[in-house]
Amino acid sequence: MDNKAGDKQVKTKIPNEIGLIKADYRGRPSTLCQGCGHNSISSQIVAALYELSIPPEQIIKMSGIGCSSKSPTYILSRSFGFNSLHGRMPTVTTGAVMVNHSLKAIGISGDGDTASIGFSHFKNVVRRNVPMVYIIENNGVYGLTKGQFSATADKGLELKDAGVNPFMPIDICMEALISGAGFVARSFAGDPHQVKELLKAAIHFQGTAVLDIVSPCVTFDNREGSSKSYRWGRSRKEPLHDITWVPKREEIQIELEPGEALDVDMHDGSQIRFRKLAHDYDPTDRMSALKLLEDSRNRGVLITGLVYINEETPPLDETENLVDLPLTQLSDDALRPSKETLDAFIERYR
Amino acid sequence: MNIKAAENEVQATDAAQKKIVNDFSMVIATVNGSGSQTANLALIRALFRMGIPVSGKNLFPSNIKGMPTYFTVRANKDGFTARREKMEILIGMNPETFDEDLKDLVEGGVCFYPDQFEVPETRDDVVFYPVPVKQIIKEQNPPRTLVNYMRNMVYVGVVSEMLGIEIGEIREALETHFKGREKSVELNMQIVDASALWARENLFKVDKYVVERDNQTEGMIMLDGNTAGALGTIFGGISFIAWYPITPGSSLAEALQSHLPRLRKDEETGKQTYAIIQAEDELAAIGMIVGAGWAGARAMTSTSGPGLALMAEFSGLAYYTEIPIVIWDVQRMGPSTGLPTRTSQGDILFTRFLGHGDTQQIMLIPGNIEECFEFGWRSFDIAERLQAPIFVLSDLDLGMNLWMSKPFDYPDQPMDRGKVLTAEDLEKIEEFARYRDVDGDGIPYRTLPGTDHPKAAYFLRGSGHDEKAFYSERPEDYVANLKRLALKYETAREYMPKPVIEETEGATVGLIAYGSVDPAVKEALSRLATEGMKIDYLRLRAVPFTNDVQEFIRKHDRVYVVEMNTNGQMHMLLRLEVPDQATKLISLAHNDGLPMSAHWVTQAVLELEGGNDGQ
Ligand SMILES: Cc1ncc(C[n+]2csc(CCOP(=O)(O)OP(=O)(O)O)c2C)c(N)n1
Ligand code: SF4
Ligand SMILES: [Mg+2]
Repeated sequence: MDNKAGDKQVKTKIPNEIGLIKADYRGRPSTLCQGCGHNSISSQIVAALYELSIPPEQIIKMSGIGCSSKSPTYILSRSFGFNSLHGRMPTVTTGAVMVNHSLKAIGISGDGDTASIGFSHFKNVVRRNVPMVYIIENNGVYGLTKGQFSATADKGLELKDAGVNPFMPIDICMEALISGAGFVARSFAGDPHQVKELLKAAIHFQGTAVLDIVSPCVTFDNREGSSKSYRWGRSRKEPLHDITWVPKREEIQIELEPGEALDVDMHDGSQIRFRKLAHDYDPTDRMSALKLLEDSRNRGVLITGLVYINEETPPLDETENLVDLPLTQLSDDALRPSKETLDAFIERYR
Repeated sequence: MNIKAAENEVQATDAAQKKIVNDFSMVIATVNGSGSQTANLALIRALFRMGIPVSGKNLFPSNIKGMPTYFTVRANKDGFTARREKMEILIGMNPETFDEDLKDLVEGGVCFYPDQFEVPETRDDVVFYPVPVKQIIKEQNPPRTLVNYMRNMVYVGVVSEMLGIEIGEIREALETHFKGREKSVELNMQIVDASALWARENLFKVDKYVVERDNQTEGMIMLDGNTAGALGTIFGGISFIAWYPITPGSSLAEALQSHLPRLRKDEETGKQTYAIIQAEDELAAIGMIVGAGWAGARAMTSTSGPGLALMAEFSGLAYYTEIPIVIWDVQRMGPSTGLPTRTSQGDILFTRFLGHGDTQQIMLIPGNIEECFEFGWRSFDIAERLQAPIFVLSDLDLGMNLWMSKPFDYPDQPMDRGKVLTAEDLEKIEEFARYRDVDGDGIPYRTLPGTDHPKAAYFLRGSGHDEKAFYSERPEDYVANLKRLALKYETAREYMPKPVIEETEGATVGLIAYGSVDPAVKEALSRLATEGMKIDYLRLRAVPFTNDVQEFIRKHDRVYVVEMNTNGQMHMLLRLEVPDQATKLISLAHNDGLPMSAHWVTQAVLELEGGNDGQ
């Protein structure tokens, strides 16, 4: 799918609440391979933000280096973007949102970017709960450097040039959980609806929202048997819930079917509605989440959906007790103390 | 009094005649972790308050406890405060190094020591004052937990009495130190008073060194460069700091951490107008400030060599993407461990080209405490004006030791936020192109993320972009961009602090130095002058060089370049700057981990000019 494919519906021409049409959220044409999972994720980011009516100027698109990290170019031309260094996206994002917490940061990373070279930044950004959406487009390989194994590749996976992978994969959701993440989701690029709803919920989460999205690399790792292939994803995916993000104002209009749905309140008054599917799973319990991930690995299935949510940890700007106005908007007077203050202060060094 | 001291009595009469006033280097040798800092600070502050020019240098090992550590106080009536290679007074509190420490005393020097130490036979030219530390402590009986600290107060009392340091000023110094905690002051003063009394009653002064009140420090302040730098950044409107602990860079960030809450809190809400993050490593620290600088904040990190090495990739990115950030590199010896807590000017070349590709970084080099403060705020103005990373290169000696300073001048100009387009500005222009040279000075205009205008956004990436910041691998785009960056680098010269030049009538020889070696150079030049040598002195304060530097080199027959590294790094940069004058430039580079001494500089110049330093 390229990023226009999801837009076939007529509704793309209909202005959203802030008068923008879907085209206002698009980026430049993708230069990724035809069929690359990253492209379908891009389409869903465009769709989610358009539907949420978020002004593109408020968004910053952040990335590291990799095919996945190229994708900010293919979305949101009217948003500021920063294609930074391999693995370092979380650090740059931290700085940007701390000095301007009115920005909505969407970070797009790859499994190499996040689970190898930038692993410590990933764990620490989650630990600090920096307000941002952190998307990992997980294909189990290094796409841009042409098909080496990444740290999330399956043990025993055989690739054309790389040979057989002897190591256990790193589970990004598990790592996020044990670092204290308050929003951990797993999805599959081949399930656009779920990706979109998770994105909407993630954008309304107040801290770091981690979205580990299996995103097949059709060029280097779409082999049968690879847990990062389309075929595997389609046949082994087990959604946890039917998940919908419900904006605040619609609250009353939504019909409730008692006993069937679990609603989790978001900080800003919106809700995430979990409709029970095959599993009887509570996404607010951390131990269950860890168990679920371990269990799905053992059973060889792709559990998708919101694995864990907890809004109790304050986001970093709150922890740091920042003033309400973004630091970048403070006046010179607020930034530079007076001459009298200086003269009085240096008395202590006499 | 032991036998040694008694023997010394013989010299007493002529000693009294030839007393040496306000001119000595005193070394306090202790074991690391023995809590001597309060005592040492009390001594140096008291001298400073008595109007005598002083400096205090901590020569400490990379260890928390157990290794020998030295605090050196230099008092000098002529205002020379560089490190001396020899000392006149030793307070030998470390039994392990006692014999060795004695070797550095000058003839006629003085040694205070706990009376249980054995005095070696080797130095019968030295005055020894044994001090019954244990006995005094026993009699005064301070709280058990404080005994270690109080031992140090014994030498404060005895030395003050014997040299003539006013006990009232010791008390004042302790009051400053304990910030009005009277009980602590009293406890310490009890020991000081008792020890001074003991000395008055039991020791007979036979050495020549005395302290007399003077008025040379009136109006001055005394502090370390890292604190001064931190204060400078606060008055420069810093709003974001990310750092990773490393000596000697840490204390700059820590000074920010302790002073920002007082100086930069929003009065109404009590909330912070700044954010400070201890990052997971230096890669993260610089990554964060790059993000913050891009978003429009005044952002800074402080580090030292090993951290700077990790910052190489981001430094290059910030250079190419033109993001204003400030990086303080408080230089130390490198790499790895061995001499990590020793001073150096060894990061000059590394910083100058930090980043892969064609980078030319901008460096500000403070040479004293006022400049640490000044460059603290000015670096932000320059960074935002030039849209470039600015490296402030201090070093361990300047950053962590105590220097006298004039009180700081408040910034004499409003903050220069550089070329930033707001939504209103965008409304008025046809097109915004992030990397277009509109004004012909190589500096483009930028917009800040969040600017509410459809024309505002641009996409930032490293090397390959055209004027409008679109992805481009076209050769002509790359070349054009680099050409503009070269022009911007030329423009940068206008914004650099000019060198400080001290000329001597009729001099044909020049000397160039920079940073913390300044006091050693000044003292050396005064000694060389007494030998009849006329030398002009230029102290560099920034790279790229301003035109004055070229001129200075051209004007002289030969120019010595004094610096504290081994390869003569600035010497190399200067040769690149004026290739046709390269043979005139003579490198005097020396680095052994200790701050530069006047003796070394004098000797090095004399060796080449002919002559010998008498020190
Ligand atoms: C410091 C550094 N080391 C190595 C590289 C080379 N490199 C570019 S992309 C990449 C791996 C990308 O893999 P991943 O993050 O999984 O992204 P994908 O291409 O698979 O989407 C590597 C190793 C680099 N750009 N920078
Ligand atoms: S190489 Fe793989 S990851 Fe990269 S664009 Fe092609 S399909 Fe996508
Ligand atoms: Mg990958």
